[in-house]
Amino acid sequence: MAAVSGEVPASRAPVIRVSGSRLMLWLVGLGVTALVVWRVSGTLAQAIYGPDIWILQTLNGLVQGSMYALIALGYTMVYGILLMINFAHGEIFMIGAMAGYFTLTGLDQSGMLADNPVLAVLITFIVGMGVPPLVGIGLERIAYRPLRRAPRLVPLISAIGASFFLQQAVRLLFGIRMKVYPTVTMLSGAWTVNLGGRDIRIQHMGVIIIIITVVLMAALVFLIRRTKIGKAMRAVSEDKEAAALMGIDVDRVIMITFAIGSALAGAAGIMWGLWYKQVIHTVGFIPGIKAFTAAVLGGIGNVPGAMLGGLFLGLVEAIAPTALDISTQLKDVISFGLLVIVLIFRPSGLLGEVLARKKA
Amino acid sequence: MKPVSALQSGVRNGLIVGFTAVFIVLIGMVQTFAKRFLVGDITLSMVILVVFGLAAGGLATRQLARWDDRLSRRLLAALVSGLITGGMLAALLFVASEVPLRDVLVNVTPEMVKALSLDLPIGVGAAVLIVLTAAMAVVSVLYGLLPARLRRSILEGIAAVIMIGLFWEVILGLDVSRLVLKTVGLKASKVLSYPGGIGLLIVVTVLTYFRSSVRPSATARASGSAGSSDLRRYVTIVLLVAFLAVLPFAVGLFWSQTLTTIGLFTLMGLGLNIVVGMAGLLDLGYVAFYAIGAYTMALFSSPASSLGLAWPFWLVLPLALIAGVIAGVLLGIPVLRLRGDYLAIVTLGFGEIIRILAQSDMLKPYIGGPQGILETPSPFFFGIQMNDPRYLYFLILGACLVVVFLSLRLNDSRVGRAWIAVREDEDVAQAMGINLVKAKLMAFAIGAAFAGVGGAIFASRQGAIFPADFTLFVSINVLCLIIIGGIGSIPGVITGAFFLIGLPEVLREVDEYRILAYGAGLVIMMLVRPEGLIPSARRRMELHEAEVAATPGADTASVGA
Repeated sequence: MAAVSGEVPASRAPVIRVSGSRLMLWLVGLGVTALVVWRVSGTLAQAIYGPDIWILQTLNGLVQGSMYALIALGYTMVYGILLMINFAHGEIFMIGAMAGYFTLTGLDQSGMLADNPVLAVLITFIVGMGVPPLVGIGLERIAYRPLRRAPRLVPLISAIGASFFLQQAVRLLFGIRMKVYPTVTMLSGAWTVNLGGRDIRIQHMGVIIIIITVVLMAALVFLIRRTKIGKAMRAVSEDKEAAALMGIDVDRVIMITFAIGSALAGAAGIMWGLWYKQVIHTVGFIPGIKAFTAAVLGGIGNVPGAMLGGLFLGLVEAIAPTALDISTQLKDVISFGLLVIVLIFRPSGLLGEVLARKKA
Repeated sequence: MKPVSALQSGVRNGLIVGFTAVFIVLIGMVQTFAKRFLVGDITLSMVILVVFGLAAGGLATRQLARWDDRLSRRLLAALVSGLITGGMLAALLFVASEVPLRDVLVNVTPEMVKALSLDLPIGVGAAVLIVLTAAMAVVSVLYGLLPARLRRSILEGIAAVIMIGLFWEVILGLDVSRLVLKTVGLKASKVLSYPGGIGLLIVVTVLTYFRSSVRPSATARASGSAGSSDLRRYVTIVLLVAFLAVLPFAVGLFWSQTLTTIGLFTLMGLGLNIVVGMAGLLDLGYVAFYAIGAYTMALFSSPASSLGLAWPFWLVLPLALIAGVIAGVLLGIPVLRLRGDYLAIVTLGFGEIIRILAQSDMLKPYIGGPQGILETPSPFFFGIQMNDPRYLYFLILGACLVVVFLSLRLNDSRVGRAWIAVREDEDVAQAMGINLVKAKLMAFAIGAAFAGVGGAIFASRQGAIFPADFTLFVSINVLCLIIIGGIGSIPGVITGAFFLIGLPEVLREVDEYRILAYGAGLVIMMLVRPEGLIPSARRRMELHEAEVAATPGADTASVGA
């Protein structure tokens, strides 16, 4: 099984060998660290931004991070079981956002959103978390299951194809127009907190998103730790053959894993729509890659790792442009750069050590 | 799939094809293609409807259980399948004409209803749809009863009619056909006529029928003496060279432009083929090197750039190549230790970083941000300014030939064999004394160099470049053409470029569905034929070996591709 994981020799080789390329890498790493420290200390020393900005950015980061975390869970669960990157997971997220849009718009037009907003939002979440699992299961059945024994790149290429297919299918079916979520008046207010003479607006929506995320994560942890299907999932990710011998229906467990991951991504999609107000067929691509980054950051295959990684990435993205005093245009560069750096220096992630070594 | 009874198979496949058909209608393909006439009044969308029926019948009879495989049962399976598919389309037609779905599904328009009902009243149209698909499903079974040789000839005849019908306008628009028509003094109609189509069908069918009967003796003759086969080869080469040389003048300006696009993608495809096909490193950020080549060319050769050097094309071309190599090595060093899927994501991130940086305000003073760099001049060749696509065609053709030659030589070289070893199993390759660092960096550098040259030529062809020219879709495009053509196979890459890049240029309606088709193509190729349409012999062998070697327990232990 030596060729299975993306494990680096770094953790295997106890002997310290300093090759030229390794040395150069570490120099680059040091350089990046020094640059970051220099920029951040500069910003802090000049005190360009007051504490209100920092708190606001932290909150935004937590909201954004919640969405990344929910998407990252899908990547990490599938990777834990199948050892493959479900490249199309970002599109599943987008489909959740779209399903949420059509539901909420329908409820808005029928007047239900105004009359009974709690029920309307609940229905939106039920539909938005119900449609993506269907797509996810179909995706696994058609594009991944027949390829489970193929060489490693084959399912990945299939996943890339599926990703573009889903994105374009949504574009062609539902149109290229930007879709604007109706306003949920109940959630659009904000609390104002006075801190040192400055007002900080804490949006209700943000708090709700964080609460829903925490609830969903708690439910997931409960499901994995305490239920029979969770036990089966853990068994399958440990060893598929042994699990099959113990009478676990491996195909069914994989299907359920895809369904759960897709439902969580769908929830993130609706949150995205409620928070940023607009969705389009390409909305899944960048968050998909970011969530993958989050999963890698936390250690791919590791469920708590994905949660932490998501929140961490969200925070970094919200705070780093301010802290480094650079344009927010470059926030994607920061995340991708972070991905590259983590994969190079610590591909097993922050918490992924145990699993990566076990599967190597 | 387990063998099933006729009725089961009919229902199941009817539903599968029916859902696919409804999807294809809902994405608007049928109404878009209703404007494309093939022969007389027959449109491409009618052909699609016929294909639904044929597919319903063909799939339903594919895996019948042995005890249920008599002709009558096959006909039953096909009929049931066809009726279900047709019924679903008819139901869609009713729903679409009654319920206003347009707010959600943008393609449910009166045009769709019109195209789907074949311009008849809704009720009649629905009946015709059902009868048509059911009949076609039955036809597909009857067709299977014909002798194999005749089946093949008929298929080739129909394919020829469809191809010629589709490209009729294009063929008439070529400079050479205009010239011929003018000298003969004929005026051709805009659409292939019925007599023309039927004549073509008969001629091609008869010709292919008799060709296949003489083929064995022809091959026997060819292999008869070494001298004559040598002669044949030279004649082929001379003819090919002559054909390529005359091509741009025969097809005219517009198609020469298309040929240059195909050429650029061939160039990139061959470069990526080295990285992905030979060394097995899946690079999704290949467009970054293309962009770097293009920006190098624009920066140094354009008088409007921030450098304002305005160096000649031929001086900057090697610079672009070197820039590509440097970028390839710089990307290569950090990702050396990553394998397979991680590498894919990191390179994807790298490609996006380059594009975002090119677009950013931070670098705007140097490379122009979203406005890009303008006024990149076209190259001079012995005093001729090559601003005509017909001249650029030769430049690109030359570059392609050099790259093909290099690829062929690399394939058989020591480095090439090292790449293949690395692709198969890094650990074993290393144990065999292959320097992994060197082999991988070589692959990245050479692949990037090809892309750099492609980018440089692209910049001077366009005259202006923008960050929007270098999106992920370019990488995906290139990846598709090498995978669908055949990974590791040079003729495969060239064919892939012609079909995937050329076809959407020729049929503008197809462009809308291009990326959808690419995505579906990647999945289908991986499922059905992972080695590609024109595979390299080695690749095909490997993939079959992998299939055989995969024991039930070996699903995670894969070839370390």
